[in-house]
Amino acid sequence: MESMTEALRGALRLVAGADPGLGAIVLLSLQVSLSAVLLATLLGLPAGAALAVGRFPGRRALVVLLNALMGLPPVVAGLFVYLMLSRAGPLGELGLLFTPGAMVIAQTLLIFPIIAALCRQAVEDAWREYEEQLRSLGASRVGAASTIVWDIRFSLVTAVLAGLGRASAEVGAVIIVGGNIDGVTRVMTTAIALETSKGDLPLALALGMVLIALVIALNAAAWYVKDAAQRRFG
Amino acid sequence: MGLIPRVLLLAALAFPVHAQKFITVSSTTSTEQSGLFKHLLPLFTARTGIEVRVVAVGTGQALDIGRRGDADVVFVHARPLEEKFLAEGHGVERFDVMYNDFVLIGPKSDPARVAGTRDIVEALKKIRAARSAFVSRGDRSGTHFAELELWKAAGIDLAKEKGPWYREIGQGMGPALNTAAAMNAYVLSDRGTWLSFKNRADLDIAVQGDKRLFNQYGVMRVNPAKHPNVKAELGQAFVDWLVSREGQLAIADYKINGQQLFFPNAQ
Amino acid sequence: MILPFALRDVSYLHIIKPLSLEIIPGPSTIVLGANGAGKSVLLRLMHGLLAPSSGTIRWSGADAARRQAMVFQRPVLLRRSAVDNVVYALKLAGVPRAQRMRQALEALESVGLASLAPRPARVLSGGEQQRLALARAWALHPEVLFLDEPTASLDPTATREVERVIQAFDAAGTKIIMATHNLGQARRLGDEVLYLHQGRVLERAPVDRFFSKPATPEAAAFIKGELPWA
Repeated sequence: MESMTEALRGALRLVAGADPGLGAIVLLSLQVSLSAVLLATLLGLPAGAALAVGRFPGRRALVVLLNALMGLPPVVAGLFVYLMLSRAGPLGELGLLFTPGAMVIAQTLLIFPIIAALCRQAVEDAWREYEEQLRSLGASRVGAASTIVWDIRFSLVTAVLAGLGRASAEVGAVIIVGGNIDGVTRVMTTAIALETSKGDLPLALALGMVLIALVIALNAAAWYVKDAAQRRFG
Repeated sequence: MGLIPRVLLLAALAFPVHAQKFITVSSTTSTEQSGLFKHLLPLFTARTGIEVRVVAVGTGQALDIGRRGDADVVFVHARPLEEKFLAEGHGVERFDVMYNDFVLIGPKSDPARVAGTRDIVEALKKIRAARSAFVSRGDRSGTHFAELELWKAAGIDLAKEKGPWYREIGQGMGPALNTAAAMNAYVLSDRGTWLSFKNRADLDIAVQGDKRLFNQYGVMRVNPAKHPNVKAELGQAFVDWLVSREGQLAIADYKINGQQLFFPNAQ
Repeated sequence: MILPFALRDVSYLHIIKPLSLEIIPGPSTIVLGANGAGKSVLLRLMHGLLAPSSGTIRWSGADAARRQAMVFQRPVLLRRSAVDNVVYALKLAGVPRAQRMRQALEALESVGLASLAPRPARVLSGGEQQRLALARAWALHPEVLFLDEPTASLDPTATREVERVIQAFDAAGTKIIMATHNLGQARRLGDEVLYLHQGRVLERAPVDRFFSKPATPEAAAFIKGELPWA
């Protein structure tokens, strides 16, 4: 318990001190995770919707696979992306390894299944409600799917937040593809891992508390926006 | 020339060109955690305008990064593995840069009666005989390998002889010291981590100064013949600087609590 | 003109046994029957939401799909304002953007919902929502309007409001084909009755004759209210 209060005090001191190094790490964490969430959402929502309303051979297998990939271990995703982006790998020419770009790619890979699978479930449930009326009005399958996605957007916010949570929390993927380079690819989670391995647990805990506070703030903001919009549109 | 083109030209000149140039150096966690790079690299960048990005991992992984061509320079402290790296054709040339040393840390109560001796091999034999608690990193790091070599030198076959007194934790130097402090055990540590270690409890240096405790660092450029994408010139600039008078002085200059950590020994 | 349309030996799984009939323009048709008789399935077959297991459905003119509309027992409305729901349907129908809002407001006007145009559709009462669904269908100026038990979920006042709108549709010339198990409603709104029993059309007669002199014992029992809800 003592180390908790010490960590809490440490966290407050970190924030109050406005250390530029900490600021840079926090900023990079936000940039990487938010970019990954944005990309994964742009790719995942259409993919999930398509899987929900599409009818083609192998669809059910794909649904099962997508659900399973929600549990993809971050370190495995990181390893895969590392082997792809390494100079010895197929995409080495891009020179993306050990850059924030690689971290965004790895995290996008990680959270795409979460957003796509949750979207698929939500759209599939809604499809049952909307399908007949939309078809009666003459909507195409694609048109109906996008109308539904927009109509259920508030419940999809939860899916996006789930992705954001996963991205902000993981360390396995970003540490492998980013290299935890001081000043270049060090983010909150990798900094915490570093301090832990150095044995500086109070600092690691303090950083952890800052990270948690950040994620709570993001979620609260998203909730507030969703609530206001929901009250407006019913 | 009009006003606007002049302003633009001035602005363009004001942009630091060196912001573009960088090299990737793969090194070890213990080196980074000692704080050496924070001290050394800004001096190199100020001299050459080249930014150095250090990926700090375990020794094996650091060399592997070089093997894949993902780093321009490799800077580790495991001579046999470095020679192998060269023999495989992944490195261009190896240079001695500096050495630091390991110290045997132990409880002030010194149950194995080894404090003050300069002979690490004798000390290990005594610890084994007394079955005093000993913490090993057990994580295949450079430090772990060094520890295993010393047991071998003492003629002790760990596979047969280890018992409850030998605690392998599979973690880094910080946690190993934390564990030793909690258990009041002996542990082999690099001097740098020990000097920065705050949680000493009842521990102190038991054995130091034995030549076998010296840990030699070597630097190698990754071979452009095998990996055409590596930055050969910029990498060479780094190697040259490390072994130059300026670089060697900078290394010697790095101190924790007034104590020098690394001893430059480039030829 | 897409009417008349004809079903030839149309069946659907075990629910609708092969039947043939022709629907002509003019009289409103009530599809009457107990729960489980197959009314909803028959309507969906006619409207094209279900593909028949056998047989064909042939419409008269071209572009039959666009000249029909359907209203369901529970109105399916988007999370938008009432008027935007109608605008959405007009967009799907290919109405030019500049005209959509005006036509949508006219449609709302015709069902008495003009004052609720900017309200979120989902906060309207059951009767208002169903009238909105009707306005949405009305805006498309369909030749045929299918209704599947449109007032089954509504209270008597709302039911009355909705029936008034349906009657207005009818008076304006839209062909009404409505499924219901409400005998009073059939009498009020219908011109002819298609009586469905266990997937077969047992009787087809003008509404007055059906209720006064049903030709089959099942129909007679149904009118007397004795048929079990299958």
